[in-house]
Amino acid sequence: MADPEIKSYEPMHDNPSAAVTESRSARTVLMTVAFVFLGIFLLLPLIIVFKEAFAKGVGAYFASLNDHDTLSAIHLTLLVAVIAVPLNVVFGIAAAWAIAKFEFKGKAFLTTLIDLPFSVSPVISGLVYVLLFGAQAMLGPWLKSHGIEILFAVPGIVLATVFVTFPFVARELIPLMQEQGTGDEEAALSLGANGWQVFRYVTLPNIKWGLLYGVLLCNARAMGEFGAVSVVSGHIRGMTNTMPLHVEILYNEYNAVGAFAVASLLAGLALVTLILKTVLEMRYGAELAATRGH
Amino acid sequence: MKRLLLAGVALAGLVLAAVPASAAEKLLNASYDVGRELFAQVNKAFIEKHPGITIDQSHAGTSKLARSIVEGLGADVVTFNQVPDVDFLVKQGFVSADWQKDFANNASPFYSLPSFLVRAGNPKNIKDWDDLAREGVQVIFPNPKTSGNARYTYLAATAYAKEKFKGDEAQVKEFVSKIFANVPVFDTGGRAATTTFAERGIGDVLITFESETQGIAREYGTDKYQQVVPSVSLLAEFPVAIVDKVADEHGTRELAKTYLDFLYTPEGQKIEGENGLRVRDEKIAAEFKDKFPEVRLVTVEDAFGGWEKVQKDHFAEDALLDEIYGNR
Repeated sequence: MADPEIKSYEPMHDNPSAAVTESRSARTVLMTVAFVFLGIFLLLPLIIVFKEAFAKGVGAYFASLNDHDTLSAIHLTLLVAVIAVPLNVVFGIAAAWAIAKFEFKGKAFLTTLIDLPFSVSPVISGLVYVLLFGAQAMLGPWLKSHGIEILFAVPGIVLATVFVTFPFVARELIPLMQEQGTGDEEAALSLGANGWQVFRYVTLPNIKWGLLYGVLLCNARAMGEFGAVSVVSGHIRGMTNTMPLHVEILYNEYNAVGAFAVASLLAGLALVTLILKTVLEMRYGAELAATRGH
Repeated sequence: MKRLLLAGVALAGLVLAAVPASAAEKLLNASYDVGRELFAQVNKAFIEKHPGITIDQSHAGTSKLARSIVEGLGADVVTFNQVPDVDFLVKQGFVSADWQKDFANNASPFYSLPSFLVRAGNPKNIKDWDDLAREGVQVIFPNPKTSGNARYTYLAATAYAKEKFKGDEAQVKEFVSKIFANVPVFDTGGRAATTTFAERGIGDVLITFESETQGIAREYGTDKYQQVVPSVSLLAEFPVAIVDKVADEHGTRELAKTYLDFLYTPEGQKIEGENGLRVRDEKIAAEFKDKFPEVRLVTVEDAFGGWEKVQKDHFAEDALLDEIYGNR
């Protein structure tokens, strides 16, 4: 469940002949279908993003990125990711730890809660905060009387982003920690380690690759989130516009080069994430698999 | 430990960011989606005259903005492209009921109208609303159920038909239904309709605000499209108002009024004219004479008895629009 990409390779490692049982023609057809499909639905749009971004030359590309509002959107997006990702690392480890290593009442409920952001539409996630913190809502008047701005300001955007990206780290770690069981930790404890030492020297090394993987996915989503952020942003230029929102704005203004230039940055981020992920898997594939209980 | 520190930093960031900016001389203008260029120029000119003032812009669909203001978006002024969205703020107690008297021309410093954009050379010879009802003409405008822009188009076509058929309701309905039948796809918004017309190459004529058709021609090439202004259209007001509740809280009423007044000055009017909007200042309007062909405009008040009545007669559930839309 956590990451089908890696899991799906595993049967091949275990039994290399398993994939060769299909006839040659079937293999060709399946591979062609997969490549054509990915080419049309993933590669082509990616190429178009870069083509449109550079449609009026390299100069226009960089000029459009050097716009004040665009720079501020990039800045805000990075800021949101810098706040949201560490928070989710802490929350994610805590939740995964609790679920994987302890037995308690309401465990199933907690697991379901963690999955909630996956199953609700991001727009609804944003709306929840409007209903919670909006001027017409329960907490609105109290916040206002204390001069605290959450909605239509940076904190609201951070909260919405934390909400939608919450499952990525936790979901990555729970199966990993469950598979590892509590044996190593118990051994460490019996040898006199304290709680922090157990975490630092036993648990963390065991989960580090899974954690890194979760952080990558979490970060990519945090920077790319549109729906939830759109609801709580207020769309104030140079203040509460993130990159994905800014792409839409520029596009709506018939500024195709600007829109695709910012989109190309997001696409670049996706590519970097993908490359990092591949490198991780290539270099530490064995270790990753090992920590997965093989 | 590092991780804990990071979390601490993050929390501190949250708290810091939550402290509101000091109440310096600044305004937040909540404005319609494609008004960015216009207000970037207007604000620059305004700040030159009033140094030290900051004007922030929030652009989105104006219905969404109105709702956000009610939920706490601190906009001191609104510059919308639809009167009903200001009326919504009136109902919620954010704008005074007689806001249209606070500024000249029904508080609409500039205006536009539903107009046509056809492919270069006008191959289907489209001149007026009659041509849109012709067989074999493909018309592009978004879905009036979801787009304010398309509601203007619908009302303009209806107003034209009302005059043409001297108010005979059955004939008006048939005429407008014919136009609707010529629409191959109903996109959800104005921007999507533009994409359909300009990028996918569907349709013979795009109907949208005249201020838009100029931007489209600029973006996609003036050699590919030409503008056609019909003989009659509907006055599309761009209402401005001070959001009393917010301005009083921020203590920005004076500044808000000065800012909105600026939109009526010759300098402001000139910027608006350059951005494809028609203006009332006679001198400035004369300067842009070539850009804006003569057109007779009817108002929502005269043709339909006001926005509230339009809402009830045309846009409410199972009202006229639903009948026509269902007839396709």
